[in-house]
Amino acid sequence: MIITKSKPKEVFLRSLEGFERVFIVGCGTCATLCQTGGEEEVDAVANLLGKRTCGKIVVETPCDIRVLRRDLSPHLDVVDAADVILALCCGSGAQAIGEFTGKIVIPGLDTLFVGETERIGRFYERCRACGDCIIHETGGICPIVRCAKGLLNGPCGGMANGKCEAGGHVRDCAWVMIYKRLEEQGIVERFKEIRKVRDRSKKAEPQELRMR
Amino acid sequence: MKSAYSDFMKALNDGKFVFTGEIEPKKTTRLEGIIGAAKTLKSHVVACNVTDNPRARAYLSSLVASYVIQKETGLETICHMTVRDRNRLALISDLLGASALGIRNVLVISGDHTTGGDNPGAMPVYDLDSTQFVQMVRGMVDRGIDLNGNAIEGEVRLHVGVVGNPNADPLEVEVCKVERKINAGAEFIQTQIVFDVDKAKRFVKELNSSVPILIGIFPCKSHRIAEFIVNKIPGIYVPREYIEGLKSAESFSNATESRNKIDTVNIDYFSELIKELKRTTRTAGIHIMTMGYESIVGKITDRVMEKVTR
Repeated sequence: MIITKSKPKEVFLRSLEGFERVFIVGCGTCATLCQTGGEEEVDAVANLLGKRTCGKIVVETPCDIRVLRRDLSPHLDVVDAADVILALCCGSGAQAIGEFTGKIVIPGLDTLFVGETERIGRFYERCRACGDCIIHETGGICPIVRCAKGLLNGPCGGMANGKCEAGGHVRDCAWVMIYKRLEEQGIVERFKEIRKVRDRSKKAEPQELRMR
Repeated sequence: MKSAYSDFMKALNDGKFVFTGEIEPKKTTRLEGIIGAAKTLKSHVVACNVTDNPRARAYLSSLVASYVIQKETGLETICHMTVRDRNRLALISDLLGASALGIRNVLVISGDHTTGGDNPGAMPVYDLDSTQFVQMVRGMVDRGIDLNGNAIEGEVRLHVGVVGNPNADPLEVEVCKVERKINAGAEFIQTQIVFDVDKAKRFVKELNSSVPILIGIFPCKSHRIAEFIVNKIPGIYVPREYIEGLKSAESFSNATESRNKIDTVNIDYFSELIKELKRTTRTAGIHIMTMGYESIVGKITDRVMEKVTR
């Protein structure tokens, strides 16, 4: 899931300064689950803006142009009349909204990471979408995202008592976790292998996937 | 055994018990400090490490400082290179520059995380990790190619070392990691500071390799520094009696007498630790970190060598 966090009220209100008619778009998928862009949050922002709210909608998946077209088309006259769209969804959704409507889009959320949900309000980054997954070599634990330095041959010298130096030795060191997991799985010798340098060119340019 | 490009590596190959020092360039454009420190160290160590933005603080370049120290004082350097601040292009570039300028030893370090540094908003690079850096140096030195197989004009004459931490807990994870770096082609190991001789002995014993190990020590100029280590560097055990020894040395009202007593505490404590390592392990030498307390280095090395020849 894409984890989002609401921008502080004063931040997006400042971005909305000078715009009289605001159309609000929420997200029925990730942002709803994060409680940042579902029905309730869209209503709350609409109330906050009062008369400046000229329309609102929760699109099932605003990052999907097809769904966006389906859900927004019945409201295009209101959208057209709006000065600006406030997007309560991830950055991908916000850009799709801009692309589809041609309107100025103000992001109401910050997009944080691809995450795992423990419970609502407790999300953990687990994947950096690096394009070259190796978690079968590392006990199912991703070192790219869970090691603060993204090391492939950790741990670093900052590990103390199994904890990570980044953030002050609070978080568990990913490489100690990896060692323990591989040990449990009976394949600790994998730990000793040298993992080669990454081909960063895979992420050096904007990514596209065109299968057809 | 491969031929040595540096006096440091020559001494290790010859089986000599070696001492190295350490100089930390600061946030400055002035070179007097590092030159002065190098002059103090010169007759007591075979080489001195030159740190690269330690604790993620943006300081005078380790490469520039290494060059200046060698040129101005003749003291050989072990130039630190962290993988935190530079991607592979910049690291290759600096390695070529180091070799061209006559720097013959580099020590690769992951580098303390940027968020704990003096520009915490910086991007942490970590394009390579320290193991991969060692592999890259091997390619450059042994085969004359960069990381992507591109040919290098001229010989790259460098020895590459890595760091290990005898204080690490769990130690078996650290040992595996260091062995991995040795398998990648590391030629020497310098360790994190150790006060507990048993930890150093265990580390040397557990490491399944013949690569020379230099155990790191850090004589403290005051009990406050020792307390700082206890409080701020997790995992490093500093014996209470050592800290108390420094404290009582500081209680002398005469400043000179107090300084002499502090020196004595350090000389006694560390020379015993070094002798014990020398006697009971295959430790190849001692890396002495001082942070402005360079004057202690010769006093400790003299004491150790004097006891040995007796």
